Amino acid sequence: MLTTELALGAVMMGALCLYAVFGGADFGGGVWDLFASGPRKAEQRKLIEKAIGPIWEANHVWLILAVVALFAAFPTAWSAICIALHIPLTLFVVGVVFRGSAFTFRAYDDRNDKRQQRWGLLFSLASVASPILLGMLAGTVASGRITVVDDVVTSDYVTPWLQPFPIVVGLFALALFAYLAAVFLAAEASAAGAVELTEDFRKRALLAGVVVGAVAIVTFALSFRGAPRISAGLTERLWTWPLHLGTAAAATTAFVALWKRRYALARLGVVAQTIFILLGWAVSQYPYLLVPTHTLQSAAANPRTQVLLLVAIAAGSVLLFPSLYVLYRIFKGEKPFRVLDRE
Amino acid sequence: MDHLTYARAQMGFSLAFHMLFAAVGVALPLFMVIADLLYRRTGDRDWLEFSKRMAKGTAILFAVGAVSGTALSFELGLLWPRFMGTFGEIIGLPFAMEGFAFFTEAIFLGIYLYGRGKIPSGLHLAAGIGVALSGAISAFFVTLVNATMNLPRGFEMLDGHPINIDPLAAMFSVPWKHETLHALLACYQATAFALAGIHAAVLLRHPTSALFRKAFAVSLLVASVTALLQPISGDHSAHSIAESEPLKLAAIEAHFKTQTHAPLRIGGIPDLETGEVRYGLEIPSGLSLLATHDPAAEVKGLNDFPREDWPPVAKTHYAFEVMVGAGSAMAGLGVLAAFLAWRKKAVPTQRWFLWAVVASGPLGFIALEAGWLVTELGRQPWIMHGVMRTRDAVTPFPNLLPPFWTFTGLYLFLGVSVVYLLFRQLRTAPMEAAPPSVGGPDAHH
Repeated sequence: MLTTELALGAVMMGALCLYAVFGGADFGGGVWDLFASGPRKAEQRKLIEKAIGPIWEANHVWLILAVVALFAAFPTAWSAICIALHIPLTLFVVGVVFRGSAFTFRAYDDRNDKRQQRWGLLFSLASVASPILLGMLAGTVASGRITVVDDVVTSDYVTPWLQPFPIVVGLFALALFAYLAAVFLAAEASAAGAVELTEDFRKRALLAGVVVGAVAIVTFALSFRGAPRISAGLTERLWTWPLHLGTAAAATTAFVALWKRRYALARLGVVAQTIFILLGWAVSQYPYLLVPTHTLQSAAANPRTQVLLLVAIAAGSVLLFPSLYVLYRIFKGEKPFRVLDRE
Repeated sequence: MDHLTYARAQMGFSLAFHMLFAAVGVALPLFMVIADLLYRRTGDRDWLEFSKRMAKGTAILFAVGAVSGTALSFELGLLWPRFMGTFGEIIGLPFAMEGFAFFTEAIFLGIYLYGRGKIPSGLHLAAGIGVALSGAISAFFVTLVNATMNLPRGFEMLDGHPINIDPLAAMFSVPWKHETLHALLACYQATAFALAGIHAAVLLRHPTSALFRKAFAVSLLVASVTALLQPISGDHSAHSIAESEPLKLAAIEAHFKTQTHAPLRIGGIPDLETGEVRYGLEIPSGLSLLATHDPAAEVKGLNDFPREDWPPVAKTHYAFEVMVGAGSAMAGLGVLAAFLAWRKKAVPTQRWFLWAVVASGPLGFIALEAGWLVTELGRQPWIMHGVMRTRDAVTPFPNLLPPFWTFTGLYLFLGVSVVYLLFRQLRTAPMEAAPPSVGGPDAHH
């Protein structure tokens, strides 16, 4: 049965998925800005800037929505997370601030090379650090190492997140975001008819895809010790299996399509892959929001707040999604969500 | 500094910083849209150029507002986890709505900034209006949270947890009307004064520039109108506070003894031990008149409240004096501008007047920050008035010194960078005709 707390949990997860896909791709863009190389170095950076420019602020708000849903609907869980993960959360926020501001400052500062490079370096370093920290936060929440007794956090402020599992999840997030971005950028370059630039990003995407696969295997292996709840969910729950199959199918589609230079399909595949991965995490962790103390049910706000939040979210979405569609339609081509047509 | 002071300093510094950019993000799009409308009506390219300049400013400042606002949504939890854990379900609703409004603003801003010349001009204008409206709406919702903290309503407390929660009653707690009105007006007023000041300064150097004369005229008009409306809104606030937050009013006025015909004190140094205010100017019955519109009315003094519930009286009082002082000066300038404009039947650009506008450029933001200090300091020592003390809300995280310096350094860096960039924008752009812009979104097409 769909309870209000489950619906709110789903909304939060939905916002996180969209943040991973859109905000993640922006972070990934920063990664490729850092690793821009070869004869078309400048063109690569230009494409990244053009792709991110109009949409990064909107992409970035998914994070705010996820956080607001978390603290409004599950306040005690948020409180415990904020106490236990004070250090990595602070670092992540600093990364987010530098990423956004350095990107904008670069766009509006003069085209003097030195200055552009300095902003660019700050932008891309923050783009590398933030996904790692975001992944570490998720990994720690799943690991069960944060302990809370009678609303008091009893674990310390460092050991829970400075563990192999969260660190590998952080690297996984970085690789995934870089993969997303490379595929998106290849698709954009291809749509613009820039053949060589497309090949640059195709190669980067193929490389990132392989890294994603490798890190995924390491993450899964480490989860048995590092996050037993997750590994149990992933392996023992029958209803997570369709999600695994979905992930596998999407990942294969993305990679093969990329290989065959069918970029729109590759883009669809990599988006689906990302969403399946996040859903797989959520479902294997269910009903826990913060393992092992807070479940969706135990951390939920009072029923009236929950209902009103859902109403506000529904009303807000009616406004939000059409405007988002217009934004993407203007800047991401005539039919932004076309996916199956041949290039 | 002790643990609590570090937390309050970090929160205060972050909010004070964010507020500048948030206010500009609310108000600058209004100027952008006004300029667009005038361009459509007159076809005068100066308006187009003015709009483009406002848009560039909005882009830079909005980005900083967006990232510092994101940081704040985390800092609330990082610094005050017990407050968020206990009352998240009460203040979460307006925050969620603010989130959506902000989201819409970001989307429309993307369309507006990067769509100029690419999309039909009607859609472009609509996007600009969308930015201006959703900015105002998001400021409205976030101010509601402050109203709830100042006068918590819509729930009861049992063993430190809220019960019988009515989120809508909590969201629209008594101060909501005067706080949202006062805060929104302040955003437009502060931005308009800063713009008028900047353009007055440019006019002093380039007195013949048609573009800057127009920009100055619009800024001065909005500045004068808001400066004259704000005292009316302030009077409304004073009334409401006198009725629903008497302790805050007493602290604001450094009013110790409950009395009828209470005097209004201007300036002065409050002495908590003796309950006297030294060196202040007293207007007999002024406070009674201000608070209730009746010179004989009784106004409750600080002495009627337990000492441990008192806000920091001197600081609250000084902040209020600064706000009212700046507000009065701005209202005076508004009257002067109206008078000069009426006599000359034109926008006043006498050099002495331009200097006066330059000098009052920062007043709006000074008043905005001071007014925020009044409402925040006046609520202390509570984070949720009467329900949770600030010291009980603070994080148990043992060492708040590093995060304090991290955020302080971060915001100083952002502040310096932004000032530098805006200054450059103003300097490098040619004085005549629309420039083929270097950098920025317009450069791409």
